[in-house]
Amino acid sequence: MNIIQQLRQTIQGPQLTWCIARAVKLSTKSFKKEIDLFHSIRYNFGKSFSSSGTFYSTSSSACQHVAIVGSGPAGYYTAQKLLKSHPDLVVDIYEKLPVPFGLVRFGVAPDHPEVKNVINTFTNTANSDRCNFFGNVELGKDLSLKDLRDAYTAVVLCYGAAEDRVLGIPGEDLPNVLSARSFVGWYNGLPQDAQLPVNLDCESAVVLGHGNVALDVARILLTPISILEKTDISEHALEALRRSSVKRVHIVGRRGPLQVAFTIKELREMTQLPDTRTVIQQTDVDGIDKYIQDLPRPRKRLTDLIYKSSVSPGEKEVKTWKEASREWRLVFLRSPLQILQDTNGQVKGIELAVNRLEGDSLKNQRAVATDEREVIHCGLILRSIGYRGLPLDDDLPFNNSRGVIENKNSRIKNEKGLYCAGWIGHGPVGVIVDTMTDGFETGKIILADIQSGVLESNDEHKRQGLLKSLQAKAITFSDWKKIDRAETEAGAKVGKPREKISDIQQMIQIAKS
Amino acid sequence: MASRKFAAFLFQKTFNSMKSTTVTSLNALPCATWCRLHVQPRSWVSGKKFSSSVPKPQKQTVKVTFILRDGSRSEVDATVGDNLLDIILEHDVDIDGFGACEGTLACSTCHLIFKQEDYDKLPSKPTDEELDMLDLAFGLEDTSRLGCQVIVTKDLDGMVVTVPQGVADARSGPL
Repeated sequence: MNIIQQLRQTIQGPQLTWCIARAVKLSTKSFKKEIDLFHSIRYNFGKSFSSSGTFYSTSSSACQHVAIVGSGPAGYYTAQKLLKSHPDLVVDIYEKLPVPFGLVRFGVAPDHPEVKNVINTFTNTANSDRCNFFGNVELGKDLSLKDLRDAYTAVVLCYGAAEDRVLGIPGEDLPNVLSARSFVGWYNGLPQDAQLPVNLDCESAVVLGHGNVALDVARILLTPISILEKTDISEHALEALRRSSVKRVHIVGRRGPLQVAFTIKELREMTQLPDTRTVIQQTDVDGIDKYIQDLPRPRKRLTDLIYKSSVSPGEKEVKTWKEASREWRLVFLRSPLQILQDTNGQVKGIELAVNRLEGDSLKNQRAVATDEREVIHCGLILRSIGYRGLPLDDDLPFNNSRGVIENKNSRIKNEKGLYCAGWIGHGPVGVIVDTMTDGFETGKIILADIQSGVLESNDEHKRQGLLKSLQAKAITFSDWKKIDRAETEAGAKVGKPREKISDIQQMIQIAKS
Repeated sequence: MASRKFAAFLFQKTFNSMKSTTVTSLNALPCATWCRLHVQPRSWVSGKKFSSSVPKPQKQTVKVTFILRDGSRSEVDATVGDNLLDIILEHDVDIDGFGACEGTLACSTCHLIFKQEDYDKLPSKPTDEELDMLDLAFGLEDTSRLGCQVIVTKDLDGMVVTVPQGVADARSGPL
């Protein structure tokens, strides 16, 4: 009876009666039932200490732990929703790198610090007692998806689009033909790209693709050093850009001005770059003015800006462009055929097919190559034709052509308790607001599945065992704060908001110091 | 009796393991205050307050009502001269993800929709940069504005502002 007395001190009311009844009958039940009982006691403990006053209404809320794989915006926004809308659910965020925030740290351009303010919200979420961060833990290496699924109520995959699309043309493997993704990683201090061999000893560069990443890399190549050196751009990139000879960047796309994928904010920035001229050939925009009025507003304003920048730029722009020493050119209707090299095996240019558009729907017009060819001379080529996700596990339903996990409303097809959010679920498109909405929606769906009893509470023993096995290796959020402090202190010495550490060992050393 | 002893043994075992994990569950306890302080974005974090509004000696206020995403209404006494993002934060109006970039015109999460007559009374017209961000917002209307760019004036007393739904449908870019 000693046990029951102990229980009486902590649990009261019908739960206690139920627990005692269960205990007496237990000997005839299976071991599984004992585990159930264990959860019910834990649930009551949670209740008795709950200061929110409101209990989650079903007993299925006992011992709810959710694992999130990836600490970028999708991961943190999903966590935010889960923590806010459930009184005692716990979220564990796993991250491959020792540092959090994914593409907010490694993707957002250094000259866009405002976008990085979302880190303040993520930090608030991370500071919760119910939110844990485990950096330096790689799924597939340090633990398996099965480990997570066995130990958690739900697992949310938010690991983004890890790979970039390739052109598949001759010469693509020459030096200085780089993926824009790696180039972004290079100037943003991503450890795997810190040593990227970037040679900026050429006057002309070509960026292939008409998305925001294409404009980002072009802008970084053209922005005056006096601006860049006040950002958190990595020192190795800054040093290379200081010595850069690049004066002209061609941004080349397969289709026309009505099909560009970049957004207007990024285009407007390009037209207003100091000491840089915008060149959009009038012949390329001839006739599009008649469509502009009928387009939906966002596309209308974007197309109008392309048209006006070509045909009737403002006075201020005309003045800047006249005196500019650098320029960027928006090139339409060209598909890369092959990359040309000189006798030393260095890039000397790119051969392009001239396209025409086919199809009635403006948005979905297809580019079809004509017999006409053109060469742009350049010494650097950045490929920016999109990212794609990679399957984590062969058993997961994966759409290879889109590079996304097959899912409906974030629920992974036929896999109970497994969800995805962000680019791995929906493809690498959209800005922060899109991923935020996606994360919140995913959180809501998981909570609905907990509430409806679809998800069962997890085995806390297994979770504790897993965490224990990772303890020595994992970087916690307070460890990250040490890295953060070291970076901001190093940045302050050179007038930058932070100097990113791009060496993983150094990160770990600081974190564990 | 043997089975009863076995039950007690199992129970003891369970109870012990429960005690050992109670520390975790204590740390992981719910707390409404925590939700208020930690989950919602707040511009006071890290001392960076981009859209701060300096307290005025004599605060003049007007009534502003927000219609939230779930259809509920929240009426606040809005200080004249403040922007709507700051007002929403100051009055703890609970809108998920509102003001993610902290009023620096780098996102569209403080998107609000006005009635035509109120829209016409707003003290400033949207700049190109504001319209550029609005173009990425969900549920864009002709009377949409970003809350961080709208300064409250005396004329706006009694204004009713709608917080649009954040539907997960605009993943296809600007068209």
